[in-house]
Amino acid sequence: MMTLRAYLDHNATTPMRPQAIAAMGEVMREVGNASSVHAFGRAMRAQVDRARTSIAALVGAAAADLVFTSGGTEANNTVLQAAGRRRLIASAVEHDSVRLAADGIVPAPVNGDGVIDLGALQRLLAASDEPALVSVMLANNETGVIQPVAAAARIAHAAGAVVHCDAVQAAGKLEIDMAALGADYLTVSAHKLGGPQGVGAIALRPGVAFAPMLRGGGQERGRRAGTENVAGIVGFGVAAKIALRELPRMAALAAWRDKMERSLAQLAPDAHVFGCGAARLPNTTCVAMPGVAATTQLMALDLAGIAVSAGAACSSGKVRPSHVLAAMGASDADCASALRISLGWTTQADDIERLVAAWGDLNRRLSPANRPAAA
Amino acid sequence: MNAINGLRRNDQPIYLDYQATTPMDPRVLEAMMPYFTTKFGNPHSRSHSYGWEAEEAVEKARAQIARLIGGDEKEVIFTSGATESNNLAIKGVAHFYKDRRNHIVTLVTEHKCVLDTCRHLEQEGFEVTYLPVQQNGLVDLEQLRAAITDKTVLVSVMAVNNEIGVIQPLKEIGALCREKGAFFHTDAAQAVGKIPLDVQEMNIDLMSISGHKIYGPKGIGALYVRRKPRVRLVALIDGGGQERGFRSGTLPTPLCVGLGEACEIAMKEMESEATQLRKLRDRFLKGIQAQLPDTYVNGDMEQRIPGNLNISFAYVEGESLIMGIKSLSVSSGSACTSASLEPSYVLRALGVEEELAHTSLRIGFGRFTTEHEVDTAVDDIVRHVSRLRQMSPLWEMVQEGVDLKSIQWSAH
Amino acid sequence: MSYSEKLLDHYENPRNIGSLDKTAEDVGTGLVGAPACGDVMKLQIKVSADGLIEDAKFKTFGCGSAIASSSLVTEWVKGKTLDEAGTIKNTDIARHLALPPVKIHCSVLAEDAIKAAIADYRAKAEKKVTEAGEAAGEQAAAAE
Repeated sequence: MMTLRAYLDHNATTPMRPQAIAAMGEVMREVGNASSVHAFGRAMRAQVDRARTSIAALVGAAAADLVFTSGGTEANNTVLQAAGRRRLIASAVEHDSVRLAADGIVPAPVNGDGVIDLGALQRLLAASDEPALVSVMLANNETGVIQPVAAAARIAHAAGAVVHCDAVQAAGKLEIDMAALGADYLTVSAHKLGGPQGVGAIALRPGVAFAPMLRGGGQERGRRAGTENVAGIVGFGVAAKIALRELPRMAALAAWRDKMERSLAQLAPDAHVFGCGAARLPNTTCVAMPGVAATTQLMALDLAGIAVSAGAACSSGKVRPSHVLAAMGASDADCASALRISLGWTTQADDIERLVAAWGDLNRRLSPANRPAAA
Repeated sequence: MNAINGLRRNDQPIYLDYQATTPMDPRVLEAMMPYFTTKFGNPHSRSHSYGWEAEEAVEKARAQIARLIGGDEKEVIFTSGATESNNLAIKGVAHFYKDRRNHIVTLVTEHKCVLDTCRHLEQEGFEVTYLPVQQNGLVDLEQLRAAITDKTVLVSVMAVNNEIGVIQPLKEIGALCREKGAFFHTDAAQAVGKIPLDVQEMNIDLMSISGHKIYGPKGIGALYVRRKPRVRLVALIDGGGQERGFRSGTLPTPLCVGLGEACEIAMKEMESEATQLRKLRDRFLKGIQAQLPDTYVNGDMEQRIPGNLNISFAYVEGESLIMGIKSLSVSSGSACTSASLEPSYVLRALGVEEELAHTSLRIGFGRFTTEHEVDTAVDDIVRHVSRLRQMSPLWEMVQEGVDLKSIQWSAH
Repeated sequence: MSYSEKLLDHYENPRNIGSLDKTAEDVGTGLVGAPACGDVMKLQIKVSADGLIEDAKFKTFGCGSAIASSSLVTEWVKGKTLDEAGTIKNTDIARHLALPPVKIHCSVLAEDAIKAAIADYRAKAEKKVTEAGEAAGEQAAAAE
């Protein structure tokens, strides 16, 4: 069944690493609340601490400065209120879990490639004396475009702001050093890098302000209440360790992705790859097949056994234009025909060949460019 | 001492801490596994079958949860656990209705996360009444009636206490809340799957549910939110708008499936399990009381889940006892605060004297507890309590006929 | 929270459990702590004619660290003079047993217990001297 289907939607969720599943399976056969002092509880605590070290290493943080959450969305929501700043500025292409986490977030514009406009950020910061929080993602989930976080952080810090970096899509795909990025808060999610759904983390610069969102119980040094999801955390730890070890393999993935884009361009010279002028994640392509609705493309590809997505997958079923592509100045027509193809650790060369073949076939049959009479 | 369903190895202590967490039922784990491996899709992916099969599994789980509590599946929201559910229910209701009503009623014996959330709301300007409980741990309904005013937006009373296992009169509280026009939230983390619950019959408007207290996974919980009459909430976590906008974030499919399966199993086995647990508990208590004088059960014995005991072993300090009974895993006070030296605030609320509160153990029995384990536990506890009493100056004084209250203790 | 081997040894094999006759003249008793606080220590010393602590006994209601602290102290004071025993510091006890920070108060209690026992013995001895002195005075007065 797996061989018949080609899963190219790794930015939505990526299959778990078998080693992570195995480690979780063991934990789930054990019993224990990591806060209990008896032997069961202490064994759980030790497992949590080991995972904490692995995940901290993935982002260049200290283990003591890592707070586990139920996922990237909770992590992002928490950070936006934890800093205690009322003035919030976020790049216009942030994930909804940042963009909608609070009222009155001021969007910082991006250029046509989806890269934050640093001059505009500087002007926004200068518009008021009130200390702000600036949120800039490391890499975009829809386009894979990498943001100049370090440069944005320098500007933000000079204006007295603190900086949050949403690294949910970047973790495991790029080398991350939160100090080098200048991030005060950095958020990650397990299921985007081969760990389980239901776990995320916030890495903190030592000493940064932090008001908890979930209260009661005192877990995570009082920064996030609730019984620890030990199995999930352990799975996250194992996946983080593997992801860090396999970062060098990302270059090969980028080569496949680039070859795929060249093939698509040959098949349809009018196809447009979003963010192609910027640095991007090695695994992501966001491509528009002009004149063919994304939903039509998705259905046809699904019938061919190929799983990709249109825009962000995390919306609750409503078909709405992508705020990311809109912020990049894409036309409605371009937005409506954009597909996200995202590769991952299980991707094989023939997955890509099948995608290219099916996409080419689709383009031949449906693209207005190939049906001059219909125009 | 064979391994039970493969859950316990011979070298492991006997687990009697089922209120802190429960082992996962192997059937639950089995149901979850495919969603870690082949069926790994994001349930919110609308564009391919990976997403659809994950979504289908999540919706099945939602229905399983709803059935267990007599609700509709549309009224069940997945969360990361009971702590989040409690935070969401209380803050969510308080914030949504704050312009009309700003008063919350709760009990002093609630779980820490309810109390901390209420204290936080007080800082924001809400008014909170923390009602005392009676000596048996139950709320006085007349006191509750008197506490609810026309400004009361929410009454939050736990279904079953995590330390002493007592069951609050939910149906009566629900009726009272409905009559007074206040919403009724209950933290049912310790109750779901242990006692019959019916949100209709009990007029429960919001109910917090935990996965890992009912043989399901950690990291998942649910909040029941009534639709008729409709309860509205301000979300705690915003973003993708999942869970009808009440709770954004990718749903962890395997965990949802695990919680659903745990509810399904509980629904089928609750009754027989309760009978079995009552038998084990009575056997335990009889064994202890036959051999040890001066032991006291805290909390009502009738209105109580069958899997819980909380016993004071007078003149023996609880932590030293736990250190002795190494072959048993039990807890003193609440697991969440186990590193602190304070005696349990729940026992204090019952009027248990501090010297007795320090001698208390919480003993939790569950699905995988055996008669043999109970007997071993009784033997172990009796032996160590006797040994520690021989070592206890208080026991010695009492044997000599000294009234401990007559002594001027140095405040330390 | 994990405990040191020394601490576990004192908890599992406590030294010198028991009681001495608290009414005896050569016995000093210290009773410190309070049941409501979760720990009470009773520590007794028996002092020889030449002023050495020849025996020590304890009973403790408290956590494992409290039991170990009092057990250790009874070992330490044996064979010491009262002055020497009075110099035992809680920090020495805490270090020896590697007490975790939340358990430091147990060592404080043990130090208090030994001090209280010494004080009780000295009070008794002083009373005895006074009584003896008074008795001698009375005798002298009677002789006049």
